[in-house]
Amino acid sequence: MIEILTTGLPNTVQDLGRPGHLALGVTHGGAMDRQALAIANLMLGNDPSAAGIEVALHPFRLRTHVDTAVAITGADCAVSVGDRPCPPWWAMTIRAGETLVLEAPRVGARSYVAFAGGLDLPPVMGSRATDVKGSFGGLTGRGLSRGDRLALNPAQCRLPAGGFGAALEERRGAAASVIELRVLPAAEFDAFTPEAQAAFTGSEWSITNDANRMGYRLSGETLSLLSPLELLSHGIVPGTVQVPPSGQPIIQLADANTCGGYPKIVTVIEADFWRLAQAPVGARLRFSAVSIEASTEALRANRQRRRDFIAARNLMVGEQRAP
Amino acid sequence: MVVGTPHISLAGSGALLLDGAKGAFDDATQELVWAVANAALSLEGVREAVPGMNNLLVVFDPLATDAHSVGGQLMSLWAATDAHAVVGTHHTIPVSYGGASGEDLAGWAAHCGLSVDEIVRRHVAATYTVAAIGAMPGFPYLSGLDPRLAWARRSTPRLKVIEGAVIIGGAQAGIMPMTAPSGWHIIGHTDVKLFNAEAELPVLLRPGDKIRFAIAGIEA
Repeated sequence: MIEILTTGLPNTVQDLGRPGHLALGVTHGGAMDRQALAIANLMLGNDPSAAGIEVALHPFRLRTHVDTAVAITGADCAVSVGDRPCPPWWAMTIRAGETLVLEAPRVGARSYVAFAGGLDLPPVMGSRATDVKGSFGGLTGRGLSRGDRLALNPAQCRLPAGGFGAALEERRGAAASVIELRVLPAAEFDAFTPEAQAAFTGSEWSITNDANRMGYRLSGETLSLLSPLELLSHGIVPGTVQVPPSGQPIIQLADANTCGGYPKIVTVIEADFWRLAQAPVGARLRFSAVSIEASTEALRANRQRRRDFIAARNLMVGEQRAP
Repeated sequence: MVVGTPHISLAGSGALLLDGAKGAFDDATQELVWAVANAALSLEGVREAVPGMNNLLVVFDPLATDAHSVGGQLMSLWAATDAHAVVGTHHTIPVSYGGASGEDLAGWAAHCGLSVDEIVRRHVAATYTVAAIGAMPGFPYLSGLDPRLAWARRSTPRLKVIEGAVIIGGAQAGIMPMTAPSGWHIIGHTDVKLFNAEAELPVLLRPGDKIRFAIAGIEA
């Protein structure tokens, strides 16, 4: 059992989402930074899709009422367990009665807390992810509140004394001042003026206050169509960049509506979703075109990194078990 | 064959949008969309097929197949699939028209130049078809609205339209399965539940289902 001490409603229970129900109007949802949640789970020997907590509003505090282990990934923020500070992307044991604290991020926007065994909640439509719009999944379909208590699944979790950390090559180094996102052209790309097409990849964009799990509204140059378009409603995927009549783009994200009607200029590639998940309000973005082959290769590399990570972790825990 | 060649575009590296629209929404094209959606689910690497309004989004695993291969197969299916009408379920939806939970009824009647009784009579006289489910869980895009009753969407969406609201947006009709923002006009309210995530079948309506509205009351 864990107890939430300090939180905000944007903080929700998430797993890797509920694919397979788009035709019922049910969004995939799940962690905005899927890689961060998956790695946190893998650090503890969990299935990568075990349910944890997505922290979008810091500071966040919880107390455990059992001896267990936690892994914190995602944003680079100051973390402490009891009175022990711990580095970012770290897995460690936590004793009954101790408090876990996540302070405001230095870099990034969303933290993930995974627990040995995962949060014990009933799956709804195949997932424990919170669908706030539909009010289901997670903890009765809502964000976390102070005083909420969540049960943990039983687990045997082996960790080295003092815990261990993970470092992902692509996330190393100081935060870039401008976040680079790779894009593929979408259905109406050619319906935009040459000036709009050039401005889209040639200029910088910033994330406005209107930013949540459904999507981010951006501000920058005004993007115009060659002539007005009336589209019939159509299925859309996370990463879709729509341009409503205001000419200011919207990036659809994890909890996007399954259908939309605005013209679509590009789609951000899946391998870069984590960069968006970790981009705070006010962050500056720049888009660059890639080939479909490069997009697929980036996805393949992600999948390989996850396999390498599992192998490395098993090797480490196995060695630790040896006499 | 009344349906032409669709336009195919990328929706990221793991999805394709097949657009069969030729301007206004067309029932024959929609029947082909449903049939191709069903057939597409059998293609290797395809994960989901999402009918829209005269279009189809197909989601696939780009590491198991590729856009070129899926696109080619979808074009073949579009050309060769028999667009037999889906035999859907018939539903009757009782509606309390107007009043506090149908606040746009009088404005709608005025916009269409009809009396409130006449516009309600026309709304219940039509048989609607669930063309697609989407946007939010269980939301039906309904075709079959009397063209005389069309009303362009609000320029500013309402931030909260409550569950059960019976609505009109352009030439389409709909029913809100949950409380959410919407730019459509609210003409009445029904107590029929369209979505329950906990149920074995979470959605009441499926593409191809037929709907009639019935008058539970009119409050001008």
